[in-house]
Amino acid sequence: MSRLIRMDQSGHTTVAEWTAEDPASIEAAVAAFRAELDQGYYALVSHGAGSAEQVRELPLDAELVILRRPIAGG
Amino acid sequence: MDARSLRRVGRLWTLSTAAHAVPFVAAAAVLALAAPILIPFALLCLVHAWAIPELYAARGARVAKRVGGHRAGAEHVALGLLGDLADHRARELHARSGLMLERGRLGVWLVGEAGALLVRPGGRRVHCYCVKATDSALPPSDRLAHLLLALRTDEAGFATVANLAFSGACWRVRRRLVAPARVALDAAVARARTS
Repeated sequence: MSRLIRMDQSGHTTVAEWTAEDPASIEAAVAAFRAELDQGYYALVSHGAGSAEQVRELPLDAELVILRRPIAGG
Repeated sequence: MDARSLRRVGRLWTLSTAAHAVPFVAAAAVLALAAPILIPFALLCLVHAWAIPELYAARGARVAKRVGGHRAGAEHVALGLLGDLADHRARELHARSGLMLERGRLGVWLVGEAGALLVRPGGRRVHCYCVKATDSALPPSDRLAHLLLALRTDEAGFATVANLAFSGACWRVRRRLVAPARVALDAAVARARTS
């Protein structure tokens, strides 16, 4: 089961879950993914310690996709 | 931002600090030589010259401070996610210091809740950056995770977006850090010396 999570005030929230065998869950996850990007979130996939990749399309083979807010100089 | 730009920024910072401090040293010398009665004023000038880089270093050390705030349930959840993003040694150091150690192309980073320190290769110079997640209501570990993930996806972009609060000798910043953060800086310096 793959997950799309959003880092937010609650720690994080699971926005969508999908499996390759369930096309409906994939469709829902892609729609949720696009909606979050439209809200200004950045999506990324962590590849273990030291490496992460920003993505603009939902990577269906990823176990975990994380949504984060932009950063700014303080 | 690349290694060359960072070197240039570091040199400019040092020059700027010297331009602020050296006139006070010169004034102190002139006053002391002009008349012995002016020696107290010369000493005041020297104190001023000493204080300028110290104040900058204090500003740099502030980026490693914990922001505080939500430490209850949300923080527990955020801490779990942050732990998944790091290896065992980085997690242990974070538990002690509140800072996450991350090796990058530009040097060794210490990422906190409200900023990051970059120890350059060789371990002598540190750049202190003030940078934060745009959502101020996030639990502390999520703030740190935001910065860590932003750093991992685009290190040069991270160093460009962040505001430079200080650039200079590691020992100058170290004195201004709280004890747990000093441990983290020592670890980063040791790592930077071997890179």
